[in-house]
Amino acid sequence: MVTLVLAYAVVAVAVPWALGRHRRVMACAAAVLPAVTAGWALARAGDEVTATVGWAADLGLAVDLRLDALAVVMLVLVGGVGAVVLCYSGWYFERSERLVTGTLVAFAGAMTGLVLADNLLVLYVFWELTTVSSFILIGAPRPDLVESRRAATQALLTTTAFGLVMLVGFVLLGQAGGTYRISALLDDPPGGAVAEAGVVLVLLGAFAKSAQVPLHAWLPAAMVAPTPVSAYLHAAAMVKAGVYLVARLAPAFAETGVWRPMVVVAGLVSLAVGGLVALRQDDLKRLLAYGTVSQLGLLMVLLGHGTPTAALAGIALLLAHGLFKAPLFLAAGALEHQTGTRRAECLSGAGRRLPVLAVAGTAAVASMIGLPPFLGFVAKEAAFEAFAHGGLDAAVLAGVVAGSALTVAYGVRFLHGAFGGTADGTPRGEPWGLVGPVVVLAVAGFALGVRPGPVRSLVEPYAETLGVGEYELALWHGLGLPIGLSVLALAVGAGLYFMFGRSFPARPVRWPVPDAQRAYDVVVEAVYGVAHAVTKRLQIGSLPVYLAVIGVMVLLLPGTALVVGLVGGDGPSRSLGTLRAWDDPVQPVLAAVVGGCAVAALRARRRLSAALLLAGVGYGTGGLFVAHGGPDLALTLLVVETLSLIMLVLVLRRFPDRFPPRRRRAPGRAAAGVISLCLGGFVATFLVAAALSRNTGPVGPRYETPAAEEEANNVVNLILVELRALDTLGEITVLAVVAMGVSGLVLSRPGGWRPVRPPTPGEEAAREPRKRWLATPGRPPLGGSSVVLEAAARLLGPTILVFSLYLLVAGHGRPGGGFVGGLVAGMAYVLRYLPGGRRELATAVPVRPSVLLGGGLGLAVATGAAGWTSGGQFLQGDVLHATAPVLGEVKVPTSLFFDAGVYLLVLGLVLTILATLGASLENDEGSRS
Amino acid sequence: MNEPALVLVVLVAVLFAAGFDLLMERSLIRVVVGFMLLGHGANLILLLAGGAAGTPPILGEGEGPSADPLPQAMALTAIVITFGVTAFLLALAYRSRLLLGADEVMDDVEDRRICAGKIKDDR
Repeated sequence: MVTLVLAYAVVAVAVPWALGRHRRVMACAAAVLPAVTAGWALARAGDEVTATVGWAADLGLAVDLRLDALAVVMLVLVGGVGAVVLCYSGWYFERSERLVTGTLVAFAGAMTGLVLADNLLVLYVFWELTTVSSFILIGAPRPDLVESRRAATQALLTTTAFGLVMLVGFVLLGQAGGTYRISALLDDPPGGAVAEAGVVLVLLGAFAKSAQVPLHAWLPAAMVAPTPVSAYLHAAAMVKAGVYLVARLAPAFAETGVWRPMVVVAGLVSLAVGGLVALRQDDLKRLLAYGTVSQLGLLMVLLGHGTPTAALAGIALLLAHGLFKAPLFLAAGALEHQTGTRRAECLSGAGRRLPVLAVAGTAAVASMIGLPPFLGFVAKEAAFEAFAHGGLDAAVLAGVVAGSALTVAYGVRFLHGAFGGTADGTPRGEPWGLVGPVVVLAVAGFALGVRPGPVRSLVEPYAETLGVGEYELALWHGLGLPIGLSVLALAVGAGLYFMFGRSFPARPVRWPVPDAQRAYDVVVEAVYGVAHAVTKRLQIGSLPVYLAVIGVMVLLLPGTALVVGLVGGDGPSRSLGTLRAWDDPVQPVLAAVVGGCAVAALRARRRLSAALLLAGVGYGTGGLFVAHGGPDLALTLLVVETLSLIMLVLVLRRFPDRFPPRRRRAPGRAAAGVISLCLGGFVATFLVAAALSRNTGPVGPRYETPAAEEEANNVVNLILVELRALDTLGEITVLAVVAMGVSGLVLSRPGGWRPVRPPTPGEEAAREPRKRWLATPGRPPLGGSSVVLEAAARLLGPTILVFSLYLLVAGHGRPGGGFVGGLVAGMAYVLRYLPGGRRELATAVPVRPSVLLGGGLGLAVATGAAGWTSGGQFLQGDVLHATAPVLGEVKVPTSLFFDAGVYLLVLGLVLTILATLGASLENDEGSRS
Repeated sequence: MNEPALVLVVLVAVLFAAGFDLLMERSLIRVVVGFMLLGHGANLILLLAGGAAGTPPILGEGEGPSADPLPQAMALTAIVITFGVTAFLLALAYRSRLLLGADEVMDDVEDRRICAGKIKDDR
């Protein structure tokens, strides 16, 4: 069974992809799987097949599938009608509709899963998959039409909204019953208020899916979809899901609470309203759609009633409805295909031109209105019999008879509208691809009516789960109440047709009628209105205000909690007295410098001053790191600060000298200041409270033992490249993404980016030779040319590069490592760029930065993957031993390669920044001047 | 044993307050400066959370208790990441200047129009 459902997923993608060029072959190939499903279900009828796929066992989630009598009936319907409709679609569409065909197959798969699901949550998933398929199938063929988009959205919104309601119901039922297995719930149905509330919510979901009044408006609107979709989803299969769910749960819940009143009232109202509205339709498909609403109402009454005879009638009618409503839709589609319209008042003489279609359509209508010897008659007789025992059932019986009379009236109206008239009535060739499916389904409805044996064997096992019934499906039961009621319904229906149903277009209604479509529109408008009002108040478009709100929330929620905890005596275990003012006398000095610079940066009016003050903060913090005992940190921070300063200055070339004047008024500034001060206070208080509450020792010293084993003296570096290397891998990935982002932001602009290429040797020779320090000096990016800087760059550049390599290798035992090494290497190129400009940079950089970025990341990942080859885990370290001629035995930890990857990537990042924020902005300047 | 030095706690408060205040400005360069101040503050917090100062966590060197290496490793990557993100923010500011002619964050026009009731709904 699992394979079957998965096969649908494969076929839905593979068939349109492989056979998309031949639309008819594609359609027929797609029809194979639904046909196989129906055949398989028939072959296994009588057995009970189950399958379970474990999923999240800890959460009690499993994909349970189960084939039983009810599932067999549904699968025969879904698969059989699906196969016929898919074949039809090959002749209906003018072009190859891969999306529609694939989605129809996917829908059939979802429907198969829905029917087989033996778990409420699995059922819900398939349920929503059918909704999504329906959305695609309504909207996708003509996405350019407003009407089509609206209809698709309406179907989606209505069914998913109530699908969510149903999910809540499922959860309530599952929690009340202690299991989500449907078979277990049916064996031992939960009682109590929770379960009853759950049942009501589930019923609401089923009503929306089966288009019960007043949730039916989406179904007539969905008639903008192509006819195969309407015939399959909106007549034969998807709308049956709600009825199916009711039938599935009826054996356990029909007697409880409000089930029976709800189901019977909703069903009878739908039966009557659908029939009445159908009698007023001119569009053939809309007429059939309202007819479907009406018939689904009848099905709801029969299958929800929970008595054996009603269930017998319900299942028979379920099959019969598929066999008469689908061909009627297909006939309407064939008419539209041949004549270009499906409006009854525009059609005339179609019956004479398409005689076979007309006969097949008439047979389908005969089954619908319950004429013997069609299957519809057999089912309707059973329905009358089910309620023919007096009491409250008499009222239901009256409703069913009235609904049947309406069915007769709109059925005849459909026939008259579609095939009536005499104009231009010469027979022409009928496309057998369009007419054949109609004939097949109509003949099936006839044959099963004449010999209802197969239907009986399909239907009875389900009805027996509700108790022993004495009624048997048969064509003739002798003269009795049911046959009398059938005749009555036919007579009243004929009368109704002659009084109200004959005129095309239908006469306008003289009194105001509540319109479900308008109700839906009002609800949607109201939701939009609420959304608008909320957006208007919350999303005012100002970034500072948003940040202020976030800050205030931090103060209000965790801030209040912190204060309440401290005041309420729930504070840290140690007192404030244990705090020292400082660890080292240099700390207050540096802190004063850092704090002073930060406050001055706050008040700076010039951009450059702010950048310089920021550098002051950074260098001061670096000093604090040294005092704290973090030489690696300090080293990295110093290099980063220098690079940041250069980067800022390079970017600030493109900005005015001064900041724009602050336009915020005094109250706003005061509020921002108060929020900021409170946040600072909150962070500091939190830090102190957290430190004083700490009652376990630091985890860091524990890393010293593995460090000693690996002979890696620099514990910080060991943590970075070995013990927590996965974190580092993630971080360098972020850096690579940052580099791409910077390139994208700076280089993608009108006119594009012209890469700066180094001059070729020929060009070089043509230039007048002169003594110089740099290779290809150009205009410096900042200020004038400086011989001192050029000389320093020439002399120090290679030295710095060598030093950076030393830092990389030394990181194993002393301060250093890939991060700082890469940054220092980047500094060497900064030094070349500052006096020499972009041409010099282009000459100096051996490869493109992107190669370094990708290569570094690749090297790091490859080192990680090498851990697998040596039988360990991803990123597991090892030590390689080698004997070199001069050096003797050399031990190389694999983490060195990882660190080299970090080194390359960081260098790539710095070079990217130089090439974009540096050279590219310069380029921009040059082109303007 | 692990309590942070008070002067550093005060410094963290100053850095956070100044950083957040700058973050709420409209000039993107000020926002970048604020972001970097917050970054320094956060790095200090990481370090202080690890406990008091000590000798560098390098085996075989220095006397007395060494500083906790784990927060240092975290802060080290945080420094480099802050550098990368700063570069990204600067590129954003540059782009804003290139496209809008200013490095100021303006109010979102669409949101203002919704507030003014100019847009009824978006269908």
